[in-house]
Amino acid sequence: MKQLLTGNEAAAEAAIYAGCRYYYGYPITPQNELINYMSVRMPQVKGTFIQAESEIAAINMVYGSAAAGGRTMTSSSSPGISLKQEGISYLAGSELPCVIVNIQRGGPGLGDISASQADYFQSVKGGGHGDYRVIVLAPSSVQEMADLVYDAFDLADKYRNPVLILGDAQIGQLMEPVEFKKEFRENLPQKEWALTGAKNRNRKIIKSFYPVKGELEVFNAKLQNKYKEIEKNEVRYEAVNIHKADVILVAYGTSARICKEVVRKSHQFKFRIGLIRPISLWPFPSEFIREMSERARCMLTVEMSAGQMLEDVRLAVEGRCPVHFYGRTGGGVPTSLEIIKKIVEIMPKNRAAKTLLQFAEVK
Amino acid sequence: MQAICEKPESFIDTPTHFCPGCGHGIVLRLIAEIIDAWGIRDKTIGLAPVGCSVLAYNYLDIDMCEAAHGRPPAVATGIKRVHPDHFVFAYQGDGDLAAIGMAEIIHAANRGEHITFIFVNNAIYGMTNGQMAPTTLVGQKSATTLSGRNPSNDGYPIRVCELLSVLEGSSYIERVSISSPENIRKTKKAIEKGFKTQKEKRGFSLIEILSPCPIYWRMDAIESMKYIDEKMTRTFPLGIIKDWE
Amino acid sequence: MTEKVILAGFGGQGMMLLGRLLAQAAMANSLYVTYFPSYGTEVRGGTAVYHLVISSEEIFSPLIEEADTLIVMNQPSYQKYKEMIKPDGLMLLNSSMVKCDLFPDVKIYKIPATEIASKLGNVLVSNIVMLGAYLTIKKLFTAENILDQLSISLSGRKKDLLAINKQALEKGMQAIHSFTA
Repeated sequence: MKQLLTGNEAAAEAAIYAGCRYYYGYPITPQNELINYMSVRMPQVKGTFIQAESEIAAINMVYGSAAAGGRTMTSSSSPGISLKQEGISYLAGSELPCVIVNIQRGGPGLGDISASQADYFQSVKGGGHGDYRVIVLAPSSVQEMADLVYDAFDLADKYRNPVLILGDAQIGQLMEPVEFKKEFRENLPQKEWALTGAKNRNRKIIKSFYPVKGELEVFNAKLQNKYKEIEKNEVRYEAVNIHKADVILVAYGTSARICKEVVRKSHQFKFRIGLIRPISLWPFPSEFIREMSERARCMLTVEMSAGQMLEDVRLAVEGRCPVHFYGRTGGGVPTSLEIIKKIVEIMPKNRAAKTLLQFAEVK
Repeated sequence: MQAICEKPESFIDTPTHFCPGCGHGIVLRLIAEIIDAWGIRDKTIGLAPVGCSVLAYNYLDIDMCEAAHGRPPAVATGIKRVHPDHFVFAYQGDGDLAAIGMAEIIHAANRGEHITFIFVNNAIYGMTNGQMAPTTLVGQKSATTLSGRNPSNDGYPIRVCELLSVLEGSSYIERVSISSPENIRKTKKAIEKGFKTQKEKRGFSLIEILSPCPIYWRMDAIESMKYIDEKMTRTFPLGIIKDWE
Repeated sequence: MTEKVILAGFGGQGMMLLGRLLAQAAMANSLYVTYFPSYGTEVRGGTAVYHLVISSEEIFSPLIEEADTLIVMNQPSYQKYKEMIKPDGLMLLNSSMVKCDLFPDVKIYKIPATEIASKLGNVLVSNIVMLGAYLTIKKLFTAENILDQLSISLSGRKKDLLAINKQALEKGMQAIHSFTA
């Protein structure tokens, strides 16, 4: 049955469906619907809900529950996620599975509470100290939020690695019909590596400290091998109207929705605009973007930032075609019209582009 | 020949990394003795902090978990909520618990977490070469207070037990020391009481243990034991500060 | 069919519920729907604005660039959002609180929703008066569709409020009939 939920609520309910029974959070706009929802829902499923004293405490409670073998989650928004970075580095270093939801808001600093995609670098390049990666999934609808959060728990367990859900104020607060179609999980099997008390077995240690010279390098090599495996298996993207496209837009999350509007409007003209929407931001769909860059005349990355994913697109394209950028910052959300104008600007000699410009100007 | 003293089973036979005269080894051994005596090796999970006792898991043959600096109370909370019937204890030093981790310990106490905190107070940052700790005595010299702790710039030593005892969630709080065999026996009793507190689900327990750091106190082992009795206990008086019985 | 509605008023005037009822009715009728709140840092007072898009095809951007309909409950909201209406769009104004300019191309309906609701005995149902008026003009959903959703929203302790909400809905509908009559 479909329910009308905010993205924040859908994330919370999907976590419950996936068997998450330990949630730790701290209030921050625009993710408050998530923590509020969990405070009601967790006791109903005999789970744990703690409103922690800080984001730092919350991520460390997640660390504890993950080490003890529970499915666990925390959520926050940009400034709070910055505070969690120490904990995320430890989680990655101790190879502990968990799900972290970032409902991004504008920054830097306290910024504002409106939608932003300015935490891309922080999310996909590590975020905290040390050589590590977290799997980053970016939903662009409430239904996709529910689906990705559910999958995130399986991915986290499969690779013993934190998974970050990267949303924004718009996805978090937007209400759309959503359906929870997957299995409601309870009583999941115990994890063989988890701390449960050394009963009839040798003791176990969960740690990220390798003080003996050489050990840390061996451990890092193990991590890097794991990351290669993730890059091989877990790339997700959506391609829209991609073949024979003159311009390929590259956008994720909220920006991708607006780009879809642009693709729809372009159907009225003899002008082909495609869209690549990375769903996994790490691992990034570099190979597919590279392949498409051989066929497209140019690419245009659209973000609610000053140009962050842009760097990964350019690294993937390696100069095979020009990669342009259109972005809004500080809580600004691009309009479809602004994007069309940008397309016209980067393809000035194209006749079809001129028709598009007329369209844009009439509007 | 009859053995009159043996290594506890839960205590790992390994060369120590602690400095000569350090108190950590004594405290860790006491924990191992209790785990053996109570027969709870298979249902105990310990937390190692950041600081001198970062390698606490090298000595205790039980499931153990590392925590970031100051975060053992939060990590222990996460573990205890998954295993509510296990014994969960956190081993923390003064910098870990009373400086960087002050928020976490206050809130763990305030929630009345059924966890035992073993707080080793040696009034110094040992691992990082002897800087001032939140519990460094007024006038005490350290790497960052070369002419002695000066309250007008450095503030005062924090009395953690007294601070936590006013919270409704804390149940059992005692300050002990390991300056003599008699005091060591009292320390063991106090830790056992902490374990009893969580076994009976009576809430938060913390045992502060005054412990020597001869290296950074710049004295020998015997002097440092005297220093505990004569100097430290003036700022940190021993005794039960809060009890549920 | 695509209908883009901007709803705006003081925080506390019930705009959230108004839009939610329409969104739920759309969902119940198997239409696509997005409903997006955009609020300031004020918890009370302030201006609350909601973007509601209902469509027979997939909705991409939930943010409205040009509204088909503007439902406005107070003067500050009117000043702030009046320019977002498209030419020949529909404006529903709570005339108890809004004085409007002349918009030559726009269909304007002035409904004294606050007064009507006060006469019914509860000023909080002014939003439902507006909803009744909107239903009568746009006919996207039947009154029954909305009443179904209302009875879901007002279950449990709030059940007693159903009667007055039903009256408010009817009053809103009548207000439009009196315009056309």
